[in-house]
Amino acid sequence: MLTRLLSGDMPRSGLLTVLLLGILVSLAFAPFLFPGTKSLETAAKICIFIVLVASYDLLLGYAGIVSFAHTMFFGIGAYGTALALSTTGPTYSSMIWGTAAGAIVAGIFALAIGLFSLRVKAIFFAMVTLAVASAFAVLMSQLSWLTGGEDGLNYGVPREFKPAFKLIDEKILDVRINGKLLLYYFVFFASAALFLIMLRIVNSPFGRTLKAVRDNAFRAEAIGYKVVWYRTTATVLSAVMAALAGSLLAIWLRYTGPATTLSMEIMIDILLMVVIGGMGTLYGAVVGATIFILAQTYLQNLMGLAETATSSIPIVSTLVAPERWLLWLGVLFILSVYFFPSGIVGRLREGRA
Amino acid sequence: MTKEHPILETEGLTIRFGGHVAVDQVSCAFDRGTLTAIVGPNGAGKTTYFNLISGQLRASGGTVILNGEEITRMSVPERTKRGIGRAFQLTSLFPTLNVRENVRLVAQAKASKGFDMLSMASRHVHLIERAEHVLNEVRLIDQADSVVSALPHGDQRKLEVALLIALGPQVLMFDEPTAGMSVDEVPVILELIRKLKNDMDRTILLVEHKMDVIRSLADRIIVLHNGALVADGDPAEVIALPVVQEAYLGKTPEAA
Repeated sequence: MLTRLLSGDMPRSGLLTVLLLGILVSLAFAPFLFPGTKSLETAAKICIFIVLVASYDLLLGYAGIVSFAHTMFFGIGAYGTALALSTTGPTYSSMIWGTAAGAIVAGIFALAIGLFSLRVKAIFFAMVTLAVASAFAVLMSQLSWLTGGEDGLNYGVPREFKPAFKLIDEKILDVRINGKLLLYYFVFFASAALFLIMLRIVNSPFGRTLKAVRDNAFRAEAIGYKVVWYRTTATVLSAVMAALAGSLLAIWLRYTGPATTLSMEIMIDILLMVVIGGMGTLYGAVVGATIFILAQTYLQNLMGLAETATSSIPIVSTLVAPERWLLWLGVLFILSVYFFPSGIVGRLREGRA
Repeated sequence: MTKEHPILETEGLTIRFGGHVAVDQVSCAFDRGTLTAIVGPNGAGKTTYFNLISGQLRASGGTVILNGEEITRMSVPERTKRGIGRAFQLTSLFPTLNVRENVRLVAQAKASKGFDMLSMASRHVHLIERAEHVLNEVRLIDQADSVVSALPHGDQRKLEVALLIALGPQVLMFDEPTAGMSVDEVPVILELIRKLKNDMDRTILLVEHKMDVIRSLADRIIVLHNGALVADGDPAEVIALPVVQEAYLGKTPEAA
C-alpha cells in the first residue's frame, strides 16, 4: 500500500525517512503544533513550494533541461485562478475554471516553447525560456487593466475558505476551526496529491526514459526513443504542475501579483531549493523547499536573538545583526553546496550502509 | 529457397563534408540471414557508411531501403522502430544508471512503453527479466547493480553489445564490437554474434579489423576505400585481393 502510494520510491535512508516523516507530520498538524498566523503562512508556503520545486526537478533533475520559465508557468496558474475569482466571483466554479484555464494555457505555452526550441542546444533553450519569461513578466505588469499591473489583484475566495467562517463553534486543542484552517488543509492535501502524482510519473517507464534522455540523448534515439517528444512532454507536465501550484498560491493568498509569482528572485529560489535538496530526486524538493523557506522566514528572528545575546561583543553582534540575514543565507547555501554536492537527499542516500 | 528481395539496400549512397566525399556512391544489397563484414583502412568511411544507414547522418545523395521501404530521410528512432539496430564503436551508454537499467530501457523501448507514466516501472517484471536474460548471455549479470560509469572499459564494451542484443532488431550493425576488450572476453562476444547469425531472421553488418574473426564469421566481405566500394564477394576471394592485402598488411600488422 505504502509502496504503491510512493510508487516504489522509498527514502532508502534511515535519516531521510525520519526527516521526511518529521516534515510530513509538521505540515499535517501545523495549525495545532505551531499556532499563529505567521507559522501557518509559512507552512502553506512550504506545501506549495514543495509542488513547485518538485515540478522543476522533474524538468532539471530528471529530464536534464535547464529552464528559466518556471515562474512564468507558476504565474500563469496563479493569474488564471486570480482572474477567474475576481471576474466571475468568489465561487468554487470560478476556482475550478480559473485553475483549469491556467493549467491549460501553461501547457500550451510549454508545448510551443518545447517544440520550437528543444531541438536546439540546451544553452539556447535556457536562453529562450529566459527571454520568454522576462517578456511575460513585463507583459503582465503592463496589462494593468487586466492584471492590476505591479499592484496585482486582490479578490475573494469561497465563503468556507474565509477566516470569518466557522465550521464548529468549539475550539479543538485551543485552535479555532475556521475557514483559514479549512483552506490550509485544502492546500495541504492538494499539494500532497500533486506530489504523489509526480512521484508516480518519475518512477514510471516515462520517468525512467527521461533519465535515459538526460544521460545520453544520442543513444536514447538509437534504441528508439523520440527524444524531442520526451523532452517536450516533460516540459509540458512540469509547466502544468507549476501552474497548479500557482493556483494554490492564488487561492491561499487571495492576492496575486508579479512579486509573489513571476519575479526572477523566485526562479532563483527554486533553483537553489532543487540544488540544496538534491537534483533528480523528488524528496530533495521536500527537504530543499522546507529548509529554504524556514531559513528565509526565521533566520532574521534567529539573528535578532543572536544579536541581543551577543550585544556585549562588538564585532560579532554587528555580524549577526538581523539586517545581515541575506549574507548568512548565502553562507548557508555555499556551505550546503560545498558539503553536499549531490544535495541533502543525495548525500543521505550515499551514506546508507 | 526462393530468392527474396534483400532486406537492406543502399543505392548510390553518398555523403560529402564540404569538398570531402566520405562515402562515395556505395550501392550494396544485404540478404536476410547473412553476415557481411565491412573492411577497409582507417578513414575509409566504414563508420560513416553505418551512420548513413542507421540515421545518425543524413545522406547527401542516394537512398537507403529497408524491406522495400525507403528510409533515407527518416530519423534515428523511426529507423530503429523499423528494425535497424546499432552498437557503437565509441561506447555510448547511460552512465549514471546501473547496468540492468541500461538494458531494461532497451527492452522498454522495444515494448513501446516509454510514454506510460501512470504505472510503476518496477511492476513491468517481464522487461526486467528480459534485461537480466541478456545480461546473463553477455556474462554481465554479476554487475547488474553497478553504475555504468564505474564499470571497467571491457565491461562497458560488453554492455554496448548487450544493448543491441536486447533490442534484437532485424538488422544488427556492430562497429568493432571487440575493440578494447581483453583477450578472454572476445570469444564470449563472438559466440553471441555467431548465435545471432544462426538465427535466420537476423542480418548482421560487422565492421571489424581482426582478420581471423572475419574469416570465421563472415559470409561475405565488402571493402571500402576512400569512401568507395572497391571489392565485394566471398571472404576467401576478397582477402586474397591485392587491395585488401595492401590495406591490411600496410596498416594493421596483426591482421592477415
